Amino acid sequence: SCINMIRFILIQNRAGKTRLAKWYMQFDDDEKQKLIEEVHAVVTVRDAKHTNFVEFRNFKIVYRRYAGLYFCICVDVTDNNLAYLEAIHNFVEVLNEYFHNVCELDLVFNFYKVYTVVDEMFLAGEIRETSQTKVIQQLLMLQNLE
Amino acid sequence: MPTVSSRGDAMRGLAVFISDIRNCKSKEAESKRINKELANIRSKFKGDKTLDGYSKKKYVCKLLFIFLLGHDIDFGHMEAVNLLSSNKYTEKQIGYLFISVLVSSNSDLMKLIIQNIKNDISSPKPVHVNLALHCIANIGSVEMSEAFGQEVPKLLVSAHASASVKQSAALCLLRLIRTLPEAMTYAEWASRVIHLLNDQHMWLTAATSLIHTLSQLSPGDYKGCVSLAVSRLSRIVTSTYTDLQDYTYYFVPAPWLSVKLLRLLQCYPVPEEPAVRGRLVECLETILNKCQEPPKSKKVQHSNSKNAVLFEAINLIIHIDSEPNLLVRACNQLGQFLQHRETNLRYLALESMCLLAGSEFSADAVKKHRETVINALKTERDVSVRQRAVDLLYAMCDKTNSEEIVAEMLAYLKKADYAIREEMVLKVAILSEKYASDYTWYVDTILKLIRVAGDYVSEEVWHRVIQIVINRDDAQGYAAKTVFENLQAPACHENMVKVGGYILGEFGNLIAGDERSSPLVQFNLLHSKFHLCTPSTRALLLSTYIKFINLFPEIKPTIQNVLQNNNQLRNADVELQQRALEYSQLSSITSQDVLATVLEEMPPFPERESSILAKLKKKKPASVQVSLVGCFMCKDHATMSVLLNHIPVWVSLTPYLSPTFASVQVNYYIISTNASSNYTIVLFQQCLYMDAFDDVLTLPADLGESPSTESTEHANRPFMFKNSGVLFENALIQVGVKCEFKEQYGRVGLFFGNKTGNQLQNFAAAVSLGPEHQGKINVATQKEPPSQIDGGAQVQHFINLECISMFSGSPNLQLRYQHSSAPQQVTLKLPVIINKFMEGVDMNSGDFFSRWKQLGQPTQETQKIFQARHPIDTEAARTKLTGFGMCALTNVDPNPENLVGSGIIKTKTSQIGCLLRLEPNKQAKMYRLTVRSSVGEAAALICSMLEEHF
Repeated sequence: SCINMIRFILIQNRAGKTRLAKWYMQFDDDEKQKLIEEVHAVVTVRDAKHTNFVEFRNFKIVYRRYAGLYFCICVDVTDNNLAYLEAIHNFVEVLNEYFHNVCELDLVFNFYKVYTVVDEMFLAGEIRETSQTKVIQQLLMLQNLE
Repeated sequence: MPTVSSRGDAMRGLAVFISDIRNCKSKEAESKRINKELANIRSKFKGDKTLDGYSKKKYVCKLLFIFLLGHDIDFGHMEAVNLLSSNKYTEKQIGYLFISVLVSSNSDLMKLIIQNIKNDISSPKPVHVNLALHCIANIGSVEMSEAFGQEVPKLLVSAHASASVKQSAALCLLRLIRTLPEAMTYAEWASRVIHLLNDQHMWLTAATSLIHTLSQLSPGDYKGCVSLAVSRLSRIVTSTYTDLQDYTYYFVPAPWLSVKLLRLLQCYPVPEEPAVRGRLVECLETILNKCQEPPKSKKVQHSNSKNAVLFEAINLIIHIDSEPNLLVRACNQLGQFLQHRETNLRYLALESMCLLAGSEFSADAVKKHRETVINALKTERDVSVRQRAVDLLYAMCDKTNSEEIVAEMLAYLKKADYAIREEMVLKVAILSEKYASDYTWYVDTILKLIRVAGDYVSEEVWHRVIQIVINRDDAQGYAAKTVFENLQAPACHENMVKVGGYILGEFGNLIAGDERSSPLVQFNLLHSKFHLCTPSTRALLLSTYIKFINLFPEIKPTIQNVLQNNNQLRNADVELQQRALEYSQLSSITSQDVLATVLEEMPPFPERESSILAKLKKKKPASVQVSLVGCFMCKDHATMSVLLNHIPVWVSLTPYLSPTFASVQVNYYIISTNASSNYTIVLFQQCLYMDAFDDVLTLPADLGESPSTESTEHANRPFMFKNSGVLFENALIQVGVKCEFKEQYGRVGLFFGNKTGNQLQNFAAAVSLGPEHQGKINVATQKEPPSQIDGGAQVQHFINLECISMFSGSPNLQLRYQHSSAPQQVTLKLPVIINKFMEGVDMNSGDFFSRWKQLGQPTQETQKIFQARHPIDTEAARTKLTGFGMCALTNVDPNPENLVGSGIIKTKTSQIGCLLRLEPNKQAKMYRLTVRSSVGEAAALICSMLEEHF
């Protein structure tokens, strides 16, 4: 099929704890758990000399490590690797600004806000908004609503 | 603990709870804390006091947190739905989040949720509209598509909606389309959606994704987007990084939008209007030029986003494939990346170059990088980069460089990662076959493959070398000599023994003149490996030995000794035992003439697509760009087909027999009594190696009198008990079938395989319902079957059916096609029989007999008493009954020899209950079969269908 879209976004720490899982395809709960474990196994064995892309089932994972956190996006094999690699970085910069130097604990305590950030930047398996300025403006506006 | 925001959305209780969980020292402590919290929340939700919105939000959020920790949540859904109708954004947001993450699409609450979404989507507050749109997009169910498929597009093109709402609406719509493409009318919105590309706001990444998908679904309606996309792209690539302000990322203007536009343009052929085309070419040149400019930043984000655009531009250049200048420039740019210090870039350059190797304009430019790529194979640390290097070497291989590339791949194979060895073996095998200028090189290469990576040499590979050697006179002598040499190695791989055994059995005589490879030496060499091999290889060697008896009568006694040895005759493996026995009999009772005819050299194999290539395609559908058809011409398969087409007795048995050697013997005797001895010989010879080649030698099943019209009136009887298999086969075509049935619905997958080397033309496959089936079965095909099938290819065709009411017999499938301009016509019975729509019903003895009595009217019962056609065996009968679709009930009938079953035939208009009782009389070898059903005809039908099967 020629559908190109994000299948899921995962943020995991080195120990394999999931800090965010956003699914853009229907998976049942067992399958999600399996995917989470497989992705962890696949990315944590790679080092800085490896590429940021790894084949995964019939898809590929574009991932980047920030301190102890792995940000992973699962896309179709023909999709643009570097565009998603930078989409991850763009997302991380937004999180960093929104949470003022984001750390893993921010994602734990504010998990319900992280979903809002994701939905502003990615929706329906596609990139939604790419401007950091626009996203931050919107998030601050929402933050001030009752 | 990080400071929790002090604004209106802070939930102190939640933060405390999360801290508590984090402080738990053990899993048990965590569970305890969670259970305490669940009890607390449950009591709050059940309490008399109505909770305020804040508390409800807090508790729902806690439940969500508990769910995300991996615990089941079975309450709180209603409270979450209540939050949706709150006027406060933060409460709504938590409600929607809970629903998106936790509520499954078949929830009872869905109607209520949809109503709430309807309210919010028409709210004057954009933030509420967005929450609703995001929820629709996140759930994305069929129900959502049906409820909002008409609403969402209106928002997208509304004059009043904000850019933020439009972004969400565009992607929400995209999700609904992917869920239910048929719920949308595409043409209606086309013009307005396309013109979003002119919007002055830069929210267009989302819109472009939508247009991309719409263009794939309905290219005609959306082709107007091409010129607008080109203009937009042109404005971006010619802008400076200061022009686009918010949308500039590390000095690169709108990289994601550029990538999306470039991908959109790959949906269409290159624009025809010279102005648009010229502008597009300019854009692509500009993107290539920018790569030569000094970087505006040393940050990797700068180069990554610039290169994201570049790689997509190169994809478009490859897609256009008619701008030689751009193709060569792209190749040169990628060539620079091959030596870049960034692993990502080296990887992507190898991957992209693989595509350039397929274009006639850039193929030569790619080949200039051969040295670098070979070097990458040797030095890259990341296996996935080496893998791409292998792919690229495979893609750039041609007659001039094949020997070097194959040699390098063979050298790398020795230390290659286990994960990619099998694929490499396939690639080496294909290249050496495709570019073999002389067959000594080909044979050497494959034997070396077996030596270096024997475990990874699949059946397809060693079968293929044998096929080729058999089909090529000029390769046979060399092959025999070389396998003989290879077999002399003290430790040789079992695959080498297989190839060696086969080839020497056929062509050992070609080297027998040399006393160093005399018949006895050959035999002793092979037999020295015999005991170390697995039974399947030993079975093959036994066939070699009987062939040796014919080739070398002087060593017949030695071989007979081996065949008659108790190790063989009393072997625990039935196959070996039987072969040894039959071969030894064959060699002692037949004259030398008969033996010579039976054991004659194998005829050439029919020309077909390489089975190796087929296997590689299966492994990596996208990466195979090399076609092999026609590389090796077969000399004489027509004769063989003709011979085989005249053996009706044997062939009529084929559906019941598996192609193992044991069954061949059965046929051998049947044919001796029924057909003339000529046919026997041909058949026997064909079958000798059938165990090893059952995928290659599929015997034709031409049952008809006239060669061009065939039918299979009775051939689908076995399908009464199974749902897949070969429905029909003759010398030209094989029709496989795989069906699924559920309630009154059926889906029949048909697989048409063209067995010839030529295209079958004017192909048509249509279901025809006779008067007896009109109105009783509904048939719908998803797509028209293709109108031709290429030589060696297999195509699929799916038919959906619905059983409206009870029917007898099966619908017909009419096949028509043209082969070598002769029209052919075949009528097949589809394996769609009334019992396919039957589901077994389990019940106890009391229920069974009370229903049995209820169905006591004479019209509701059919009874038959008949002679048993098969040995009376309750277990076998039970299996048949289950295969038929009924539930075989145990502990129901007081007599354990009797078999009782029950089932329901599900049709659209009615459900017909059926009960069955089968009573054997072992002394008389008779059965009494009684079927009762609420519909008398069903009882009669089932009785008549089943009686001949017991």
